Amino acid sequence: MSTVIASPKPGKPWLATPKQRLLGVGVYLAAALVSFTLVAVSPLKGKLAYFVVFFFASLVIDFALSYVQRGIASAKDAVARGLVSVGMTLAVLPIFSILFEVVKRGYKGLSFGLFTHDMSLTSVNDPLGNGGLIHAITGTIIMVLMALIVAMPIGILTAVYLTEIRGKFAVPIKFLVQAMSGVPSIVAGLFILSAYVYPITGSLSGFAGSLALMILMIPTIARTSEEVLLLIPNDLREAGVALGGTQWRTVALVVVPAAKSGLVTALILGIARVAGETAPLVLLTGGGEKVNPNPFSGPMGSLPLYIWKCFGQGTEQSIARAWSGILVLLVIVLALFTMARFLSERKVAK
Amino acid sequence: MYKIQHMTLLENKSAEIPAPREITTKPRLSDKIFRGVVTAGGLFSLVVLGLILIYLTYQGYDVLKSQGFSFITGSAWNVFTDDSGNIDYTQTKFGIAAMLIGTILCATIAVVIAVPISVLTALYLSFYAPSSVKKFMVAIIDLMAAFPSVLFGIWGFFVLMPSAEYWAKLLNKYLGFLPFFDMQVPVFTRSPFVAGVVLAIMIIPIVTSISREIFGQTPLDRIQAAYALGATRWAMIKAVVIPYGRSGVVGGAMLGLGRAMGETVAVYTVLNIVYQINWQVLLGAGGNVASMILLKFGEAGTGEIKALMASGLVLFILTLIVNSIADLIVKSSGGKGR
Repeated sequence: MSTVIASPKPGKPWLATPKQRLLGVGVYLAAALVSFTLVAVSPLKGKLAYFVVFFFASLVIDFALSYVQRGIASAKDAVARGLVSVGMTLAVLPIFSILFEVVKRGYKGLSFGLFTHDMSLTSVNDPLGNGGLIHAITGTIIMVLMALIVAMPIGILTAVYLTEIRGKFAVPIKFLVQAMSGVPSIVAGLFILSAYVYPITGSLSGFAGSLALMILMIPTIARTSEEVLLLIPNDLREAGVALGGTQWRTVALVVVPAAKSGLVTALILGIARVAGETAPLVLLTGGGEKVNPNPFSGPMGSLPLYIWKCFGQGTEQSIARAWSGILVLLVIVLALFTMARFLSERKVAK
Repeated sequence: MYKIQHMTLLENKSAEIPAPREITTKPRLSDKIFRGVVTAGGLFSLVVLGLILIYLTYQGYDVLKSQGFSFITGSAWNVFTDDSGNIDYTQTKFGIAAMLIGTILCATIAVVIAVPISVLTALYLSFYAPSSVKKFMVAIIDLMAAFPSVLFGIWGFFVLMPSAEYWAKLLNKYLGFLPFFDMQVPVFTRSPFVAGVVLAIMIIPIVTSISREIFGQTPLDRIQAAYALGATRWAMIKAVVIPYGRSGVVGGAMLGLGRAMGETVAVYTVLNIVYQINWQVLLGAGGNVASMILLKFGEAGTGEIKALMASGLVLFILTLIVNSIADLIVKSSGGKGR
């Protein structure tokens, strides 16, 4: 004899039933209908009118529906849900607009010649095929790398001080790094102008630009590295010390290698932060039109400055050039950013 | 064979017993050097901030001394030079009040627009979004923070400005009775309003990420207690999350304000810089200290550059104060309420 135990079928009662989903779609359809008729009959016109009317109509309908079904608390909840979705949409709308417009307006100027020519023989009205931005790309690479040479050790040392030594300066240093990240880029440019260019060299150069970039880069590297080092489990440090390692050897041979990919992420984010920095370079680098491999003398071009100058010239061709420059810069920033995210997926190595 | 080797090993060991290692808490030389180097690296930010203050004060000292307090309160910028090209300080007037007011105006507009959007976004990401959507959106918003400002500037000029002008006209038409939306000359292009919208888009990522961080620290037991008492999601947010995170959001908004004040290139591109005090946010004339520096730098002589250094100093101190207050508020808001 076997007894059949009646067991309830596993269900998911929290999920929306088909009827509820239908109602949800119905709300939007009704709101669309309202917005369509209202725009047709009233003096409101344009895309904005559709959006605004649709938004309010869907909120009101949702509110009424929830009120009828479950009362006032649920109705308020429905309105809040609608509002946060709209907030989210408004926040990401500019991004998609920027990406779309940059690709739409920038791809025309892209050609292979862009990466083999400079602007020294090109005037503002020349067709897009003439000239290129090799001088800007080399300049940006040289300046960012020079900034990185100083900013990398300083940034990581700051992070090591904050997480490993935790001395009596830890609180003020954390505060100062935060304050430094808020320094306006133009102020960094003015500072290098007053402290390096006027008293020492007297002329603009790529090195002056890289000094300003360094100031802007350090806080990003320091803060990201600090977050990464905080993720390293304390067991690793204790194990290092228990094996007889000094603090120096523990940090250098255990903690830093464990955090390696995270620290690389910090460097990449630092590069991404300054790669598009424009204001200090306008003040400091002179912005040449030729490839200049020597950062210590002569004007040096850079990608943001190229965009800036082309935009300032204002002719149809130069504005098209500015958009292509933006597209190249955006691709670089996107690539750096994707790399950083990919690396930070595995922030702590085994 | 094996045995013999073993024996010799043993004998050797017993022959010379190593002295016990000295146990001490005194750091070794390598550690002392290490700590010294790291501390020096850590103090670099202090050195840089100090040097910025010293050098800008040094370069701007002549101007600040001759103008006194009217450098901040006056709004004239008339340069007179004597025959040898030096600045004649008896007649020359430098005052950046118009630009300071413009800076604060644009930054305030930006915060007023950005904070509601950012808070709603942060609430959505923290409490509404499914985890896959959340991951994607967080990546997108972080990416936006990495966009260069020249990109925002040019996009704002060519793409956003036509729409923003239209919005400005609507505001003027329907809300023109409010004093700051009122205007006598209908010039809507390149107004502080447009600059404020561009700045708002630029600070949305930072305000969102700080708000999200603060909301994420809300004690989970309270959230669950609210749900257990039958609260809807909105009731829970109103009763638990908002009281807990309010001051943090204020701090995030101030951080955004600091960023918006220091922004140069984007504002320069979209704002029509006019050297007069203008409170009408929709009128196409405004100012911003940072972009004024960039604008005047091109044709400035040595004396005028000193005035620009002094303006940079004022901007630096202003942003430093705003950022410090913001930092203190954000720091003190966490860990509260238990």
